[in-house]
Amino acid sequence: MTTPKPKSNQRSTSDGRDVHDIGGLAAAAPIDRSEHELNLYEKRVDALMNLLSGPKRNAFKVDALRRVIEGYAEQEYDALPYYDKWIRAIRNLLVEQQVVSKGEIEARIKAVRKELEAEGAEVSARKVPWP
Amino acid sequence: MAMKNALLSRRRFKTGDRVRIADRSSVGHCRTPWYTRGKTGIVTEVLGAFGDPGRLAYHKPGLPPLVLYKVRIPQGELWAKYAGPSNDTLEVDIFEPWLEPV
Repeated sequence: MTTPKPKSNQRSTSDGRDVHDIGGLAAAAPIDRSEHELNLYEKRVDALMNLLSGPKRNAFKVDALRRVIEGYAEQEYDALPYYDKWIRAIRNLLVEQQVVSKGEIEARIKAVRKELEAEGAEVSARKVPWP
Repeated sequence: MAMKNALLSRRRFKTGDRVRIADRSSVGHCRTPWYTRGKTGIVTEVLGAFGDPGRLAYHKPGLPPLVLYKVRIPQGELWAKYAGPSNDTLEVDIFEPWLEPV
């Protein structure tokens, strides 16, 4: 998982902007325009989105992904890296659309965590809150 | 396809029209950026009719489709302190319900 770069925009909630709609807000520092090759995690999330929103599965549209992301709290929105925003929204939409249940996802996370710990990998105890 | 063609033939704007982007707040998923609202520009292209993103965002069919336009706005119109050349412009895609004639 990539390290989040803290954003320096001052976000006023009183003028009615959605949390993602930051065009034109003052920034404390110049925008970081550096690019990077997508890592495997990022490619997987991108692929997952393509499959779920594609004609075969049609679980939800990219508009729904955006809608969920635009609903994140301001601090969350600013702290989450790009593909973390996506995977959390995908998780929420899978439950919303009843493709998988919350219980199924939590059980799978528990099982994967156990597998990784058995392999000796360092596993974060951090939990991602619902929704 | 037939519905989209019918909608396109009834479109309100054409290339070259001066338009103002509505200055109102939105509810739910909206594709009109805050910094463009209330600004005036020119239609440079009619992009076609597309499902309404505000409805698609909630798993609805997104019907009726909306006509989408490319609007060109001078950068000086958008940013009070714009320091670049005066003929610099920005092009943004805006859906018909957000456009008003000028």
